[in-house]
Amino acid sequence: MDFTSTAEPIARLIEEFNKLPGIGPKSAQRLTYHLLQAPFEKAEALANAIISIKQGLCLCSTCFNITDSTQCIICSNDERDNTKICIVEESADILPLERTKKYNGLYHVLHGVISPSEGIGPEDLKIEELLTRLRSGLINEVILATNPNTEGEATAMYLQRLIAPLNIRVTRLARGLPFGADLEYADDVTLSRALEGRQEL
Amino acid sequence: MKSPRVYQTEAVIIKRIKLGEADRILTLYTPDYGKLKAIAKGTYRPKSKLGGHVELLTHSKLLVAKGRNLDIITQAETINSFITIKDDLDRMSRGLYMLELIDSITEENIKNPQLFDLLVNSLCQLSQASKSDTVLRYFELHLLDYVGYRPQLQQCVNCGASLSPITNRFSPSEGGVLCVNCSDMEQIARPISLNALKVLRMWQKCDFSAASLININAELSQELEQIMREYISYMLEKQVKSTSWLDKLK
Repeated sequence: MDFTSTAEPIARLIEEFNKLPGIGPKSAQRLTYHLLQAPFEKAEALANAIISIKQGLCLCSTCFNITDSTQCIICSNDERDNTKICIVEESADILPLERTKKYNGLYHVLHGVISPSEGIGPEDLKIEELLTRLRSGLINEVILATNPNTEGEATAMYLQRLIAPLNIRVTRLARGLPFGADLEYADDVTLSRALEGRQEL
Repeated sequence: MKSPRVYQTEAVIIKRIKLGEADRILTLYTPDYGKLKAIAKGTYRPKSKLGGHVELLTHSKLLVAKGRNLDIITQAETINSFITIKDDLDRMSRGLYMLELIDSITEENIKNPQLFDLLVNSLCQLSQASKSDTVLRYFELHLLDYVGYRPQLQQCVNCGASLSPITNRFSPSEGGVLCVNCSDMEQIARPISLNALKVLRMWQKCDFSAASLININAELSQELEQIMREYISYMLEKQVKSTSWLDKLK
């Protein structure tokens, strides 16, 4: 885009927005002009929010979730069930699980998933740390919530193999049909899992 | 003649990379177009119609629309999802190794229907057979054959002399076995036992059902794996990354 006719700060912000995922040149322009007209406090709040996620954030020393102190909000909450650990690939996966309000245990973030063809093995993930947590003896259930695709399944099966000798119950999130889907378009793997995991009404 | 705007093809999905918010670039292996890259839109959404039909290690029927850059998959239906491979960590890892191997050894848009059949058959064997190492070796050996790197096992690759029934040497750089007289010319040649040579010779000629009849002990299996691995990494000029994962599972 030609920015020669625009003031330099505006052009710069448009360019920065444009670098974000899912934002094209037009949306970038719209966001920029929206902020230009918004009250100063709004723009400042946005700027501060952006800066604060890059400053003073670190990984929780227990579950490796992203946090602003040594322990994350979930690990330091006494009311949560500390006998259960739910294993997720990324910190972002905790949010949708929390939104369900069905789970009150703890989490463990692996920060990735085993991907043989990219050379990502178990040593690149927070697996050793997980085993240390499990050996403490407090945990009686591990819920594997890696994504239901090939790499996620490989990681889940590998973890299951590692955890089995520790005598801890290992469960996997149910795999089946998503709400609002259509049987016609479902693939064989999904449908067979849905059949295997069918439940009494 | 103008080529049609949409075309149908069978394909095995051999690689996926994320593209933007919810899309993926898939690498496909097809009978009519060889290796091919195409976009599958929205596959990260839970209600995606393509979703499970374009997972790795899946044999699907696809409808593809020609795009300006990459083609776009518009419809997909599974032919074989190889669910028994996906349910077992060892089988799945071997399957992923096969996919990586075929991806690294082939170039895009070179038709090779034999290779496609080999891939589909090997995946079928892997989902049934208990001898999954035999499936891998058989796949490697014939894959090399179909891309023009068939190892010379019948006679000395250097002088053409017939091989004596002893431990000879296998040279990855020459692409075959060296006889006693020639074995000194190549520093990196590794010994190949008589049994290993016999097994490889037979596998090169027979179909899979005959190949799987041979019982192979752990030691021989290890040797065969090493020979093939050295030859393949010499040819690719790199290690196949999945091999370290396969070693870890042993």
